[in-house]
Amino acid sequence: MQRFPCPFCGPRDEREFHFAGEADKDRPDTTQDISDEAWADYLFNCKNSCGPTREIWVHFPCQEYFIMERDTVTMSVAGTTSVRKDLT
Amino acid sequence: MSARRIEGAGLVDRAVELRFTFDGKPYKGYEGDTVASALLAAGVRILGRSFKYHRPRSVWGAWSDDPNAIVDIALNGTRFPNCQATTTYLSDGMEVRSVNAWPNANRDVKSVLNLASRFLPAGFYYKMFMWPDWHLFEPTIRKMAGIGTLGADVIEGYDATILHETCDLLVVGAGATGLAAARAAAEAGQAVLLVDDHSSVGGRLLSSLDPIDGQSPADWIDEHLRAIQSAGGRVLTRTTAIGVYDHHAVSLVEDRGLGTAPIVRRLRPSRMILATGAIDRPVTFVNNDRPGIMSLDGAAELLGRYRVLVGQEIAVLSNRPDCQQVVADLQAAGAKVQVLDPNQATAKAIGTRHVKALKSGGRVVPCDTVLASAGLTPAIHLWRHAGGKLDWDEARQAFLPGWGPDWVSVVGAANGVYDLELSLMTARAAGLGECIADRGTYTLPPLWPSVSAKGRQWLDFQHDVTVKDIVLAKQENMVSVEHLKRYTTLGMAGDQGKTSNMPALATMAELQGKPIPEVGTTTFRPPYTPIPLESYTSAHKGRAVAPLKRLALEGEHRKLNAAMGEYGGWLRPAWYGASNEEEEAVARECNTARNAAAIMDGSALGAIEVIGPDARAFVNFVYYNTMSTLKPGKIRYGFMLTEAGRVFDDGVMACIDDTRFVISCSSAHADAVMAHLENWRQDSFDPSRVHIHDATQNWSTVTIAGPKALEIVKDLGVLAEADFDDFPHMSLKHGSFNGVLARIARVSFTGDTSYEISVRNDHVEALWQAALEIGHPLGAGPVGTEALVVLRAEKGYILIGKDTDGETMPHDLGFTVPRIKKKAAFVGDRSLHTETANRVDRKNFVGLEVEDGGGLLPIGAHIVGSENGEPLSLGYVTSSHMSPTLGRPIALALLSNGANELGQIVTTWHMGEERKARVASPCALDLDGERIHA
Ligand SMILES: [Zn+2]
Repeated sequence: MQRFPCPFCGPRDEREFHFAGEADKDRPDTTQDISDEAWADYLFNCKNSCGPTREIWVHFPCQEYFIMERDTVTMSVAGTTSVRKDLT
Repeated sequence: MSARRIEGAGLVDRAVELRFTFDGKPYKGYEGDTVASALLAAGVRILGRSFKYHRPRSVWGAWSDDPNAIVDIALNGTRFPNCQATTTYLSDGMEVRSVNAWPNANRDVKSVLNLASRFLPAGFYYKMFMWPDWHLFEPTIRKMAGIGTLGADVIEGYDATILHETCDLLVVGAGATGLAAARAAAEAGQAVLLVDDHSSVGGRLLSSLDPIDGQSPADWIDEHLRAIQSAGGRVLTRTTAIGVYDHHAVSLVEDRGLGTAPIVRRLRPSRMILATGAIDRPVTFVNNDRPGIMSLDGAAELLGRYRVLVGQEIAVLSNRPDCQQVVADLQAAGAKVQVLDPNQATAKAIGTRHVKALKSGGRVVPCDTVLASAGLTPAIHLWRHAGGKLDWDEARQAFLPGWGPDWVSVVGAANGVYDLELSLMTARAAGLGECIADRGTYTLPPLWPSVSAKGRQWLDFQHDVTVKDIVLAKQENMVSVEHLKRYTTLGMAGDQGKTSNMPALATMAELQGKPIPEVGTTTFRPPYTPIPLESYTSAHKGRAVAPLKRLALEGEHRKLNAAMGEYGGWLRPAWYGASNEEEEAVARECNTARNAAAIMDGSALGAIEVIGPDARAFVNFVYYNTMSTLKPGKIRYGFMLTEAGRVFDDGVMACIDDTRFVISCSSAHADAVMAHLENWRQDSFDPSRVHIHDATQNWSTVTIAGPKALEIVKDLGVLAEADFDDFPHMSLKHGSFNGVLARIARVSFTGDTSYEISVRNDHVEALWQAALEIGHPLGAGPVGTEALVVLRAEKGYILIGKDTDGETMPHDLGFTVPRIKKKAAFVGDRSLHTETANRVDRKNFVGLEVEDGGGLLPIGAHIVGSENGEPLSLGYVTSSHMSPTLGRPIALALLSNGANELGQIVTTWHMGEERKARVASPCALDLDGERIHA
């Protein structure tokens, strides 16, 4: 059982969190033409890095999404930051 | 001769006699005995049979390293299958039975399998599963396979208590090393927790009379225990550290005896010291599985703790330089002991049901017991759980802790330090957070299985994996350790490979001509020892995790004799009437709805409010349908999609004003919809300008639907008479009931004129009663969820997740316009224009009319076509009901290119039965929708 620091609630058990996707993957502007490849990249393809990663997670009790930097090999967590503009 | 109990202190309390039976015969043991020690003391030799060949089995080890003695135990009327006899403490009244033996362990008719062993080589099961047909062999194999018999008993309240602990330092293993480490740390002011899986602390000191630090072992243990406790340290016995997990998490399971659920402690210590000792390794020689052949340390433990002398004429076969101590203790206890040259290439056990002699180096040594030890294997399981690496130590012929996490230290025999004084010194240093790398000198002459010996040599005693099976696995290219293990079932005995893995590794290394470390080890996974499955769940399951959602009107429904059922987490009225009268009740309620009016509890429907200056833009983005044009007081039906374009949820949305919308979603889906909306709100919007709130539980709703609905709602007085002049379908008005706000929405789930009236929970009871009272003379009445499902199906209104699957897109359901026309971005938009989305053979939502005069089409029946002469599934039936209104069966289906197949006859197939049906519009009743405006 891992322990993650929610930027709002502090350290909590893994079971309260849910992975929501890779960070820094912006939704393309769908009012413009987007190739199938570009859309598939956004929708399905991920780096699935072995080592340091930046990911989006959500903490269910407070429902806030945030960025977590962690290492998928050592399972160490480097830190979490809010994605909320008004809080950063 | 067999084992017997001798005089002396030990840990058993001879004042407390415990009576038990084994295979029906009465025996007695003492408080403090394990089932195994009591049986051995009583002279019982054969405790069970092996899995494949039904060879007789006694004990090999004295604790969790025993791979042999698995028994079924009945206690106080409950049966516990597959208990390890060596780790189960004896209780009065236990009825112990041997497993895998018929009629009992002593006389087993299936042991004829032993003679047929060449038919049961490694991989036998895998091969038989494949060829020629598993079903040919299944009945026989099922009868033969498996150990023990599962009981159907469920012990009420057998739930582990889960406690959350905290400490600075966790010390695992309370032998001399663990005690020394814990004491040093506790006296230095650390919060120490010391655990040991035995009932007494002391470890191997309890098997020896040698003085330690000038004290008797008992005094030394006692002094340390008191020092730890008086410094504030805590000590837990019968508590096993079963696993180490991420971020310092450790699970401890406290055994509280058979029939009592364990206590599970979870903690994240800052530091952990492993003083888990080492495990004796079997010597591999011909017939080394015979009862009477056991581990050297096991014999010492049985003698020291339980005062059981395992034999009278003992042959010791060991390469261990330190075996002399055990030999001396056995001799002091009265046994005749001979130490033999452990050259296993020529060793062979003689005797069938029990060892009678050992043939070694050309001579035959008569004996009743052989103590065989090929060296020590450090217990590094938890070190591996924690991510520590192993290094091969040539001098000790063992894997020792190498690089690892800095919060864990391994001391004593677990670290390959077999010298007690050095162990104590390094343990005390470790307790203070210091590291002494010195392991001292120790040389173990290699003693590994020989593949050239004639005759069978056992590696996994319980599962009958022999050296020849490893040879076969190698021939068949199962050389990776992980493959080898699964192919041969090696390491699946009760000891989980603690004794068998190393000899098997060495065998594979010899066969491949590689050094042992290049063959590698299997993965060490929790739990370290078998634990009850309930340890993982505790009371944290079922309703305690997902409590039922209750309706404010539940009491009213019960007054009306409702059959209540769970629907998407809510306890709702299924129908009104006896629980065995579903069919009549549903038909009656459908007629009520179509001929007069249904009065329904609509409170379970999700109600999510979207509020803020960006609310309009937000709902337009999360809906497939254009929602930006929805005017205050109006309602629109729509779909939410996933970003992959799949239909996620459907429902109506009402516009209260420009900054406030109410999304109504499937009742089972409200939580998922909330999470979905929250995700997009934070991803693509400014969260300070749009807020969402699940108001489902704030409102209760009475829905009145049917030809008499308008009359009833007018009579309820929730709106002024004039309000009804301009109140069309899909609009919303605010009124009042009993002086509190009422929200009245004209939306329909039945295809009839319908009003949803929502009020505060505390006023809904009066509203419900009033509606029933007014409706009754008009023929209206309460209608439950089952009838509602039929009414919906008659109209072809979809139920998401029932009439749709993970592939369904909105245009498959006939909602094509936004896909082509909607200009603004919305979730899932781009996915609706991929090659997959454009395929003409997509499964479309259609209705099916039964064409063969038969009854209901089975739900899940495939609609079959053919392609190149091969049958092909074109889709399947999703909903199927008898419509009381139409007087015929109706069905809904997903059918490939179904939108263009209207009027065609199709064949459905289910469990061998073929049916004929005609493809129709999903809407079977009132296609023009006149009733909804009536
Ligand atoms: Zn939080």
